[in-house]
Amino acid sequence: MRVLSSGSTALLVELDDLDAVLALYAALADQPPEGVVDIVPAARTVLLVTDPARTSLSAVADAVRRTTPRPDARTGGEVVELPVRYDGEDLEELAGLLELTPEELVRRHTGEEWTVAFGGFAPGFGYLTQPGGRWDVPRRSTPRTKVPPGSVALAGEFSGVYPRESPGGWQLIGRTDVAVFDLDRDPPALLRPGVRVRFVEVGGR
Amino acid sequence: MTRALTVLAAGPLTTVQDAGRPGQAALGIVRSGACDRAVYRQANRLVGNPEDLAVLEVTYGGLAVRAEADLLVVTTGARCAGPFPHAAPTLLRRGTELRLGPPGTGLRTYLAVRGGIDVPRVLGSRATDVLSGLGPAVVADGDVLPVGPPVDPLPGVDVAPVPEIPGGEVTVRVLPGPRADWFGDAGWAALTGRSWTVTDESNRVGIRLDGSPLERVRGGELPSEGMVRGALQVPPSGKPVLFLADHPVTGGYPVIGYVADEPVRSDVDRCGQLRPGQTLRLTAAGA
Repeated sequence: MRVLSSGSTALLVELDDLDAVLALYAALADQPPEGVVDIVPAARTVLLVTDPARTSLSAVADAVRRTTPRPDARTGGEVVELPVRYDGEDLEELAGLLELTPEELVRRHTGEEWTVAFGGFAPGFGYLTQPGGRWDVPRRSTPRTKVPPGSVALAGEFSGVYPRESPGGWQLIGRTDVAVFDLDRDPPALLRPGVRVRFVEVGGR
Repeated sequence: MTRALTVLAAGPLTTVQDAGRPGQAALGIVRSGACDRAVYRQANRLVGNPEDLAVLEVTYGGLAVRAEADLLVVTTGARCAGPFPHAAPTLLRRGTELRLGPPGTGLRTYLAVRGGIDVPRVLGSRATDVLSGLGPAVVADGDVLPVGPPVDPLPGVDVAPVPEIPGGEVTVRVLPGPRADWFGDAGWAALTGRSWTVTDESNRVGIRLDGSPLERVRGGELPSEGMVRGALQVPPSGKPVLFLADHPVTGGYPVIGYVADEPVRSDVDRCGQLRPGQTLRLTAAGA
């Protein structure tokens, strides 16, 4: 673990891999150090944003070093089931690229539980990972200017669901009717870090 | 008598802002809120508002409003041309208009109304986040903005002493960022050794700076990581972007440094007043 400075109010904790991020984030989110107002997990890092009126960066750094990561981060979270129609525009081509049939790709996507590792691209967008990181999906060479909301997509080792229409370079494999971001719900984001996700195939292709 | 302001002209960009929505960054929701927080809080204090009530953030003047009731209002931040007194709480009688000309220096003026701009909160805040689109819509001509009831007692200030916002070159302190080592000592020296020009590709998200590009001393991709306002992120062009209130929650380019942002003396607040064409000098903090 390396603790890097991030300005007057934040610290960036750098870790070896995504599982270490999940484990540290789960422990910190459970019991945030005094004076920490935001905890932002990402692929290799956890950012801690402080209220300088309530704490100091050195006190927070000490608290982080004393924190025991939660080894059950992939199994301890709430479970969300997302029904998906696997009719995405890129399904066939991507399956070919991965040397799978579309059916095999869908089986792999639905066969194992995903965990929301972190967010960041847009409100309510979650970067989902499967244990073992078996995916290695290239982004589209030309990003789409409009990806419809509810699109279920893959890129790199991650899967994601577009919360609303936005540009995007991920490979679209299907869509869900579940609103993953809803301002009238508390919390508004369904796919929060630590939440486990099961994709379930519905309808025909 | 409805407490409200009717917008006759919104100007180049006027948004509703408050202290923002901290605590939700893990959901991809940035804090947002006023770009110049110190001046925003001052505006609220001058009309006896709690410090977190919503105000109007007026970019480069141009706002005209009509009071639909007797309202106590004040402007802080960039001093706009026109007859309206600056930093002096003023009773705007029902039916009278307030027109802000362009500011002589500075970019953002805060117009606070006693009782606060009372549009509905979105996720705990009335701030407009121009990047994600969360919060109230950008203020438009014809909008009727409700004003809340007065809360705290009046402070009894006639005119607040406020420093002029500088034009020309501005100097701010910068701290090494998490990826300063991607640019080596030479990169740091290049960042802090000369002035950068504020380009017109600048908004509430960030300020794109122009100058000789910074060179990386190492290659490779950086996995996206969280950041806060004040970050100086260096994209492949080598020209830093200084992030402000509506920055993305995470970024995939290395952050070489951070502009100092202590609450009592925030240099990021001062950067919120920079306008295109001004130059910015970044000096190593503590040096």
